[in-house]
Amino acid sequence: MSEPTLKVKVWRGTEQGEFVEYLVPRNSNQTVLDVVTFIQRKLDPTLSYRFACRVGMCGSCAMTVNGVARWTCRTHVAKIVEGDSLEIAPLNNLPVIKDLATDMREFFNKWKGAVGFFQGEQTRYDDFAKVRPDSEERQLANAGIECIGCAVCYASCDVVASRSNYLGPAALNRAWTLTNDVRDVQQLDRLRAVAGDAGCHTCHTHGSCTERCPKQLAPTAGISGLKKLVARAAVRGTKWGKL
Amino acid sequence: MGQVVSAVMPSVVSSTAVLQAKLWYAQRISAMVLGLCVAVHLLIMFYAIRGGLTAGEILGRTQGNWLFAIFYEVFVLACFVHAPIGIANILRENFPQADKLTVLPWILACLILVLGTTAVIGVFTGGVGQ
Repeated sequence: MSEPTLKVKVWRGTEQGEFVEYLVPRNSNQTVLDVVTFIQRKLDPTLSYRFACRVGMCGSCAMTVNGVARWTCRTHVAKIVEGDSLEIAPLNNLPVIKDLATDMREFFNKWKGAVGFFQGEQTRYDDFAKVRPDSEERQLANAGIECIGCAVCYASCDVVASRSNYLGPAALNRAWTLTNDVRDVQQLDRLRAVAGDAGCHTCHTHGSCTERCPKQLAPTAGISGLKKLVARAAVRGTKWGKL
Repeated sequence: MGQVVSAVMPSVVSSTAVLQAKLWYAQRISAMVLGLCVAVHLLIMFYAIRGGLTAGEILGRTQGNWLFAIFYEVFVLACFVHAPIGIANILRENFPQADKLTVLPWILACLILVLGTTAVIGVFTGGVGQ
């Protein structure tokens, strides 16, 4: 039997602030997002947090729950509750705007910095590009393409915590996915962007991103692929040219 | 936050990033060589110490033996490449502001090369006065 009431400590404030405890009725099949929503709607309407789809698609509701970054809409309280207590805080490694809402600009700017966007050369008048589903590039792209941009990996990364200019696992995962998009025409620019001190070679291969990714993606594997590809481009050159 | 983007945009990426990619490559290749060298070195050690280990026994095997000399010089060269790159990475990550520390990996590289090669020459020739 579960406890009838949850003791929920929620971060209130910005970078400076404190945990405030709320008592929330315990329900079966209750998610962490349900708990936060209950607090905001029934106990304290000034609580700020972010969510949209509630079904694990939009990537906006990630928070630090009992010390671990998670997507709250798909995290059942029963799976992570410690006794009758929950501690909910904003994501690590991102500036806090207020309470549980973080400023995601730096996170998404780094996607741009990693040339994490598609650019093709065909127009609407050209025929569809034909990419075989069983081709190696398509398979490698598939492996990382389901990223929802929740920043759980970014918040879990020890290297991001110690080096603010590191692009981070999500941006590099996106870069790796696009590197395997045969239609994209900015491959060398991307390899230059993800090389070196702020890019893939900074990854320590701790694997926290892969362990915590709610979509079970493996940014560590993608970063490893980028390391090899960038090094090859720098030393021997690739089909796109030499760095 | 705009600085974060501009620091990594392709148009302003310095040759440093490419150099780092090359160094990463060199470190990985030297790691492969080291892995092989360490394995061979350990196997020889396990074999050699079965009947006890003396300086005379070691020199008996290595003195005038070109194969040993070449093997251990390759070992030294792999260390010469591998270790300073790793130390440079550690220093850069822990002391990003201290540019002068970049001299330390170079000193380490020189020490490994000179001391390592001296040791190889020593076991090959039997040392001074032998």
